[in-house]
Parts: sequence; structure tokens; C-alpha cells
Amino acid sequence: MLGWLPENISEYAQGVDKLFALIYWITVVAFVLVIGTLIVFLIKYRHRAGHRAEYIEGSTKLEIIWTAVTTVIVFGLAMLSFPEWNNLKSPAENPDYVVQVRGEQFNWYMIYPGPDNELGTEDDLELENELYVPEDKLVQILLTSKDVIHSFFIPNLRQKQDALPNQTIDTLKFQAREPGRYEIPCAELCGFGHSGMLGYLIVQTQEEYDAWVAEQWPE
Amino acid sequence: MQENENISHEHDDDEQHEHAHDDNDTMEHTHEHDNDEQHDHADHHEESFIRKYIFSLDHKMIGKQFLIYGLIMLFVGGGLALLFRWQLAYPETPELEGGKPAKAAKPLPIIGPSQKYIDDGEVVTGADKMWERIYDSDKEEFLEVNMPSGLIEPHFYNMLFTMHATIMVFFVVVPILVGAFGNFLIPLMIGTRDMAFPVLNMLSFWLAVLAAVIMAAGFFVPGGHASAGWTGYAPLSADPQWTGVGWGLNLWAISLLIQGFSSLVGSINYITTIINMRAPGMTFLRLPLVIWSLFIVAILLLLAFPVLSSALALLIFDRLAGTTFFTSTAEGGGSSLLWQHLFWFFGHPEVYILILPGMGIASELIAVNSRKPIFGYRSMVYAMIAIAFLGWVVWGHHMFQSGMRPGMGAFFMTTTMLIAVPSAIKTFNWLGTMFRGSIRFTTPMLHAIAFVSMFVIGGLSGIYMANTPVDIYIHDTYYIVAHIHYVVFGGSLFAIFGGIIFWFPKMYGRYMNDTLSKIHFWLTFIAFNCTFFPMHILGVGGHMRRISNPMQYEYLQTFEGMNIFITMSAFTLGFVQLILVFNFVWSIYRGKVAEKNPWNVTTLEWEAPTPVPHGNFAQIPTVYRGPYEYSVPGEESDFIPQAQPEHAPASAGD
Repeated sequence: MLGWLPENISEYAQGVDKLFALIYWITVVAFVLVIGTLIVFLIKYRHRAGHRAEYIEGSTKLEIIWTAVTTVIVFGLAMLSFPEWNNLKSPAENPDYVVQVRGEQFNWYMIYPGPDNELGTEDDLELENELYVPEDKLVQILLTSKDVIHSFFIPNLRQKQDALPNQTIDTLKFQAREPGRYEIPCAELCGFGHSGMLGYLIVQTQEEYDAWVAEQWPE
Repeated sequence: MQENENISHEHDDDEQHEHAHDDNDTMEHTHEHDNDEQHDHADHHEESFIRKYIFSLDHKMIGKQFLIYGLIMLFVGGGLALLFRWQLAYPETPELEGGKPAKAAKPLPIIGPSQKYIDDGEVVTGADKMWERIYDSDKEEFLEVNMPSGLIEPHFYNMLFTMHATIMVFFVVVPILVGAFGNFLIPLMIGTRDMAFPVLNMLSFWLAVLAAVIMAAGFFVPGGHASAGWTGYAPLSADPQWTGVGWGLNLWAISLLIQGFSSLVGSINYITTIINMRAPGMTFLRLPLVIWSLFIVAILLLLAFPVLSSALALLIFDRLAGTTFFTSTAEGGGSSLLWQHLFWFFGHPEVYILILPGMGIASELIAVNSRKPIFGYRSMVYAMIAIAFLGWVVWGHHMFQSGMRPGMGAFFMTTTMLIAVPSAIKTFNWLGTMFRGSIRFTTPMLHAIAFVSMFVIGGLSGIYMANTPVDIYIHDTYYIVAHIHYVVFGGSLFAIFGGIIFWFPKMYGRYMNDTLSKIHFWLTFIAFNCTFFPMHILGVGGHMRRISNPMQYEYLQTFEGMNIFITMSAFTLGFVQLILVFNFVWSIYRGKVAEKNPWNVTTLEWEAPTPVPHGNFAQIPTVYRGPYEYSVPGEESDFIPQAQPEHAPASAGD
């Protein structure tokens, strides 16, 4: 099951895969225990002639044990998850780059602030469905939507965030480790073109990225 | 005890049989009189066809009406699913070019035009003939617009999955579990003659029919049916300009409003009946678990549905009256998140409405077929109450990625994970019930075992989603689709199938054919797992839900084969259900005639004669014990009916 996960290129979200694996093994063990017990019971206590069921109304001790065990496991899991969640869903502190992303039926528009580092000025650059970032740099996305709710999903970064109309969400950030070209589908139904609303994340080395910047904003 | 019986009589006479005029001394009834009266009914009161089968006030008939309604809608909803499954397996079918399928594209197997037809225009298969006729016709044919060359247009695709879920949730599972089993079982199992409000009961059914008619009408209006998903997220649903859907979505909302009234009326009826009309001696802690589950569900329905109704009303205002509850502009307006909060505040309790009666039915089937008392009856009841209560404080787990404040995520993660505790208690108690039992592998028991094991998978897969960091990745993927189907199909539907086979002898006085039932069970069980288990893998691979063409994405290319496999399994699953329908209809007329208590059950419904007459019981039974007195030591019979007096000679069977 774990092998089906796409390559994880995120500096931040390595913990997601670890949690996934942990839950996977907890659930596999729980599944095997429960279903194994079920099968043993079905075979062992099947109806046989002359054999009568035993009158058992319950056992408070057992009830307390399995209630307590389950409670401890789920609380433990929750505790392990809080830091990871806060880490992934908090605004970036001192991001290296900030890009605004706008969802609009049925494209992603990436808006770069340009040399003045300010959005909403003349030197902004708007790209359709292509997000260029340098590797190993903290990138913050300011996510918004023009029309309906979209969801910005980068499987390889284990990141997903809904884009809301007329609202900017600043909690999406990532640091990509591997140069390459990755897909950015829309994960929230947004109309007839939802399937195929597809952008690309292009992770470059710092030199490539600097060259790209120089090309976009010639001195 | 005496008083209780009189209440039942009064209502029996006044409302159900409409012949209070020939029987004015209701308050003076004795047991003997009671018996006479039943004869009166049979002799003098032939009801008209319409009164008996259509506008019936009898809870058993209304239950059967709901059952057949739900089964018909099951096929509608399933058919829609098969249509879009076909698309998902073969998404790269030809587009139209000048009114004919474009060349050099992969044809859609079986129902699409063949490769030969696409290449040379030569009619080879039956499908070619159909398509040729459609292409040559001057009219705007439905298929040509929505499925040119078999390929489903994206808009039509959205409509199909929206309606699949809407129908399955609101028109199949709730009507069958709550409408059919609730109506049929509650009066019989608590030992009374009918529901507290028979007219409201009839109203509940006919409102549901009206809702279904309006929902069906949506397919035929210009712009097509609702296509914003069954969750109808605003602003996509709130403004026709985003989907191009006009009256389709209005009708969707209106239909759900009416369905809400139907549920509301039904739930008031159930709650009143269970609180006020239990047979003498039937204390709350002697209620069978299925009645407990229906009681809790009725309360959930009563409290949850008005939230959806108000959200739908606001949505209709947004669409028709120009308000902006769910839309916003730069100048201001409402909030798109408001819809999600309202919808899921209803929606999560709704999920438990879908599963709790299934748990109740499974509990009955497991106890009866293990010939043992339910392990930890009280904790089973408390667990259901806990699940129902927690259901109100977990709605945010549907919204972890919605833009809701991330701090809320921590709270909702904790409450959601807590639900694992009562769910685990229930699972362990079912296992405990089988422990040292004498398990009979009847077909209802097979369904109950399937219910437990599928519920375990559905419950465990829920932990991934409750875990916020992991949910970031699997949210809105096929993982969710797999999870919901393991709970609602693997859970609720297996319980429904088991329940139908189990109570069929009481409903229709005949058995369903056991060989056919067993074939149906095994094929369904296998096809179900082949259909939905691979969806977990799709989800882990990042396959989004609600996309009509996964092949547009490079990273989903590897899943083409798996999608084809799922589609084939889904078709098998769909066709296997025809066995159930055939068996159901055939058995009503030709099944083996059933005795009064064929499965040797303790609960009251099996005290009533078969087929159950008007008024259910010759005389209202008195309850002497809990519902699960199986294999009591020192007793000759391995079950003691709830209505059997203490120290009386055992009257096993009947």
C-alpha cells in the first residue's frame, strides 16, 4: 500500500509519510487481530449437533480493557499529529519567495511579485498553469480564487489547500528537494472543466531559477 | 398494563380501521373482548385496494412501500454509477468531429461505436446501428448531446456522480433503513398495534414519493440536473453561472427539502411511538438493539435535518432571490464556508443515520444466529448513544483543507478519533457475542458477518482521514470514496440485505429462496471488495475523486488497468443485484410458506401471527425479560421469548 505513494519531494512533509506508515501498521495489526479472531470464532464456535452455546452476558473487565486500549492509541496518535499539522498549516516565517496563486475556472494563475517584491504592482508577472520555484527554498503561496472553490493539490509535496473566492489563505508553504516537473491538479469539484484543471510545478536548481528570473525581468 | 392496552385500542379503532362507530366501549376492553374484535376486523372490514396498498395507514404496508421504493431507487442510483464507471475505465474515447466520431481514437467497448465504424463508417455492431441513427437524426438527441460516441461529456459526468450519491444517501439507504425497517419493526418489536400517528406515517411515505418525482424531473429540465456534487458546495451551487445548471439544481434543493419533511414527520412518529407505546413490561433496557438504534437515529434525524433544510432554503434564496448568503464579491456578501459548516453539521450525523440502524440489525442477526445474549447489552446501547453524541462535534473533519482556521483542525481531529472508541466497543462486543456461541451460518448471519468485517475496514480507514496531516494528502481522493463505500455499502447495505432476508418471512409470510440468497451473498461480497478495495490504492496514489478523465494526468497513467478492473467488478456487482430482485419478487408469490417463528427468535415481532394481521397481535403481549435470552442454562429450549411468562411451561416455536 505504502509503495503507491508518489515520490515525496517535500522538506516539510516527510513527517506525513511517517505518520501514514505508522497508521498503516496500526490498522493492519488491528485488522489482522479482529478479522483473525472473527475467523477463529466462526470455525471454533460453529453450530454442531448436541452442542449448546454458553450463556455469557458480558464482561465489565474486558469492556474496560478494550475501551482503555483504544482510547490510549487514538489519543497517542492525535498527540503525535498535532506538531506535524501545525508545522504544515501555519504561515511561513521569513519565506524566501512568495507567489500568489489564483484558481479560476479552469486554470491556475501564478502571480510573481517581481523585483520590487510587492504584489499588485506593475512589474508583477502572471503565468498560466506554471509555477517555477528553486529547490530547497521556502516558498509561500498566497492562495485565492476568482470564482468558485478550487483545491490546490501537489501530490509530490503532500500539500493540499482549498482556494476560497475573495479570500487569501497564507498557510500554504513548501520546500521542494528535487528538481523536476510535477503536476498540480485541482482537487475540489469546480465545474465541468474540473477534470483537466492542471498546473505544473517546475522545481529548478538555483542557477536555472536565477536564469529564468533574469529572462522574465530583463534589467 | 391495562391502561396501555386501552390506548392502543383507541387508536386502533379510530384511526386505523375507521369503525369506531360500531365499537364505542373501547375503554372497557378486556382480553377476551380483544380477541373478538380481531375477528370483527377480519370478517367485516375488507379494505379497498387503494386503502390497503396505496394510501395505507398500516405500518407494515408503509414499511413495505418504503422497502420497494428504496430498492427501485437503488437500481436508479446504481445504474448512474455504472454509467460513469464505464467512462472511468475508458476515458479516452473519440470526440465528435462534424457530427461523427473523430478518427484514430480508442472506441468505447460494447456501447460505443466500433473501431471499424470510426475508421470506415461501416456499421458492424448493434451499437454502431444505434449511433448511426443518432448521428443521422436531425434532432438534438439526448445521447448525442451528453454522450457523443459513448464518451460522457464532463458536465454530464458531474451530474451523474452528483445524482448517484444524492439518490443513494437520501433515497435508498435512509428510506430502507429508517423508512422500511423502522416502520415494519418498531410497532412489532415493542409490542403495539401501529405507529402513534398512522396518518403522519402515510404522509411521510408520500412526501418521499413526491421528493423522488421532483428529483427525477431534474433530469429533464434544460441545463440538466444538479452537478455540484451531493455536497453541493457553494458558490458552485449558489450561482447558475458557474455550472450552467438552472432549474436542475433548484429542483434538487426543493426535492431534498421535501425529503427532509418526510424524515422529520417519520422521526417524530418513531420517537413518540417508542416512548409511549411499548408493551407492558417493555422497559427501555429490554428494547432490542435495533429499536434502540432506530430510536437514536430518529432523534438524530429530528435534530439534523432542519439544519440541512435551512441551508437549502438559503441556497434557494441565493439562486432565485438574489441574496448572497454563500457568495461574496469584493464589496462583501456571505461566505462560501458557511454552506460547508451547515451542510456538514447536518452531514456528519447523517452518516451515523446511515450506519446506526445497520449496527442494530447486525446485532439482532448475530445474537439470534449465535444463540447467545448480546455481549455487553448496556455498553452496546451506551456506545450507540456516544456515537450519536460525538456525531455532532466532528463535522469539521470534512473541512480540514477548506480554509477553516487550522487551529480548529486539532479539535476536530481529537473528537473524530474519539469515535473510534465506541466503534471499537461495538466491534469487540459483536465478537464477544459469537464467543462460545453456536453459530448458524444462515444467509442473514453471513450478511451480518460481512457487515462486521466490512465495517472494520471502513472504520480503520477512517483513522487515516481523521489524522489531519495524512488527511491533507488523501482528502478529496479515491481514499474517501473507498471509505464511504465500505461504511455505507459494506456496512449499511449488507445489513439491509441480511435484514430483508431475515424479516422476509414475517413481512410476506414466505421464505426467500436460500440457494439464490447464498449465491447473491457470495457474489456481492466478492464483487464489492473487488470494486471498492482497489480504490484505497487509487487514493494512496493521489487519484482525485470527481474527475472524469484520470488519463489527463501523468502520475495517474499507471492506474488505467486498475480503473478497468474496478469497472468490471462494479458491473458484476450491479448485475448480481438482479438475483436479489428476482428472488425477492419470486418469493413473495412462490416462496416456501414460513411458520410463525422460523429462526427461533425471542423478540416480540415473532409472537405475531404470520402474515401479520391488522393490529398485529391477537392480544398485546406482556414482556417478562430482555430481548436476548438464548441458551439460558437449565432451560430445555435454547431461547425464551420475551413474552413467555415466568415459570410457565416452555412453548418453544409457537
